[in-house]
Amino acid sequence: MPQMTMVKSLNLAMAEAMREDSNVLVLGQDVGQDEGVFRVTEGLLHEFGADRCIDTPLAEAAIIGAAIGLGFTGYLPIAELQFDGFSFQAFHQIENHARRFRNRTRSRYNCPLVIRMPYGGGIRAIEHHSEAPEATYGHLVGLKVVIPSGPRNARALLRESIYDPDPVIFFEPKALYRAFREDVPEEPETMPIGKGVIARPGKDVTIISYGAMLRMTLEAAEELEDEHNIDAEVLDLLSIAPLDNELIQESVRKTGRVVVVHEAPKHCGFGGEIIARIVEDSLLFLEAPIKRVTGYDTIIPYFSNELTYLPDTDRVVQATLETVEF
Amino acid sequence: MPRETLSIPHRLESLSVLSADGKLDQDLEPQVPENDLRKLYKTMLASRQLDERCLMLQRQGRMGTYGPSKGQEAASLGVAYSLKPSDWMVPAFRETAGLLWRGWPMHTWMQFWGGFEAGNEIPEGVNDLPTCVPIASQCQYGMGIAWGCKLRGDGQVCAAFCGDGATSEGDFHEAMNFAGVYNLPFIMVVQNNHWAISIPRHAQTASPTIAQKAIAYGLDGLQVDGNDILAVIVAMREAIEKARTGGGPTMIEAVTYRLAMHTTADDPKKYRKEEEVQEWEPRDPLPRFQKYLQDKGLLDDKVQKVIDEEIAAELDTAVRNYEEYTFDPSGFFKHMYAELSPDLEAQMRELQAHLDRKKKPAPRQERAEV
Repeated sequence: MPQMTMVKSLNLAMAEAMREDSNVLVLGQDVGQDEGVFRVTEGLLHEFGADRCIDTPLAEAAIIGAAIGLGFTGYLPIAELQFDGFSFQAFHQIENHARRFRNRTRSRYNCPLVIRMPYGGGIRAIEHHSEAPEATYGHLVGLKVVIPSGPRNARALLRESIYDPDPVIFFEPKALYRAFREDVPEEPETMPIGKGVIARPGKDVTIISYGAMLRMTLEAAEELEDEHNIDAEVLDLLSIAPLDNELIQESVRKTGRVVVVHEAPKHCGFGGEIIARIVEDSLLFLEAPIKRVTGYDTIIPYFSNELTYLPDTDRVVQATLETVEF
Repeated sequence: MPRETLSIPHRLESLSVLSADGKLDQDLEPQVPENDLRKLYKTMLASRQLDERCLMLQRQGRMGTYGPSKGQEAASLGVAYSLKPSDWMVPAFRETAGLLWRGWPMHTWMQFWGGFEAGNEIPEGVNDLPTCVPIASQCQYGMGIAWGCKLRGDGQVCAAFCGDGATSEGDFHEAMNFAGVYNLPFIMVVQNNHWAISIPRHAQTASPTIAQKAIAYGLDGLQVDGNDILAVIVAMREAIEKARTGGGPTMIEAVTYRLAMHTTADDPKKYRKEEEVQEWEPRDPLPRFQKYLQDKGLLDDKVQKVIDEEIAAELDTAVRNYEEYTFDPSGFFKHMYAELSPDLEAQMRELQAHLDRKKKPAPRQERAEV
């Protein structure tokens, strides 16, 4: 199996789908000649031409609005927004239309688009380039919200998202784009959207995470094992809408202790939903209060201080010890 | 030369065929089969009477807030008539006459304003979009549809509507810009009815016309008397032909007037002078078109009587269909995604159990029995 970065595996997923199905299109600012600001669309213009890898004028709402209309005419558009911080300039097209057309037209029309956007902090970028707005989109029912955590699942989930008949917000943790390589099989793989995975099996405590935080959380789990003799189970949600509630409850009932990790602010963060589900379904299995390790309820600081803000292994280890020793 | 006047090539015209007092410019008169002219007249009248019936239902508490199209029937009807069924029509929300022409049943229109998603059920055989509530946002997906038509190369075009108020929104400008950049088979029809709820046209933009906004995007702009269905047909036929043959987009400003309220939730007396409405009444598209048909010998009292009776019967049937309609609440859940998620399935069961416990019908069913 070839080894590749997430940038490469996402590129591969798009190229494979575009080869298979001529209805698959990519559109966005700088996705053509420039091959995307992170080079995720490298080679697509060259291979598929300007009608299928489309450089657009600078207007997020028009990119999403156009993708909705292209969907009505049978295309499967992949819209790239350069950063999640700019997605709010298309927010009304997503909220008012993309997520509603199936319901509005009693399923006559659907919006089979994927909205890809680099997501989260950690790359020393200027303001509006480091936010983690997954809870904002997760709340918009009618959307699916997918957040991969590595090259292999990114490729499988993007493929699944491209062919999904409903609109998918595909958050690409930009800190992971070139952070590490993984074996990615030659043949295309898919993973069902809405299913999480056990990234590390364990018995003492459940640590729930996703996106760029997953890798850090796994490192924290190793430290807990090596230095504190705690066997943590780490869950990778991969999708927050739909949410794999079954996976969460099963693990929680086994361990009785929970830590939730995400980089977005705590207030109304997605961790709140996870914990509510646990309290609703498995309260009497809990041995200790649930801990949250999240970004603070501040604007994410400019990049010189972003690592102080983002959750790290020390905070995850500390929270886990407090939960386990309660 | 440090400073000189730029010469920007552009085309900006104004078009009318039938004057306010029904005088015809024979050179511009479009060829429309007689049978179509009668059908168009009937549809225009049906739209007017559908408005009146819905306003009555609203006053009687049998319908929600209603937005009439009174005075604007010619604009949407002329557009709808000029399109093929396979072309795309993207309405805003004052295109009642055009939707009737495209085959939308009257009771569907009542269901929309009566608060049912069934009011957005698009008839088979036409590529229409449903009513769009957020102003100007439909311009964007209309533009996207036109883009799809161009990429498919199947000769289809897309006509989208918005109002004068919508031209202040970013979505309108972004859609025009994309349509120009990609030379899309897109026709943006602005129904300039002079009022965006309480804000008059002159307070909406400093441009003397809306049509001229097209120039900045590299498109042709055309101002047309939107109360003159013949002029709308001429303008649309040209724009459609151009779009089908790779000539790109057109923006048409259909100058019309909202003779009634924005919706039943507002009282226009509060913000506009009655004299202004009286000035526009003689330009009402319906009597103008009626006189045109009478002058052509296509409409006499006998034909009018038949048309009146047909519309009255259709309206009665529509009201009956509308009021007999009941809604299965499982529909809330079934159209969220292609597949029902476990969470939605659980919530659907929860709602059903709740309704069973209450042992009474859903509120709409209750009201229908009154």
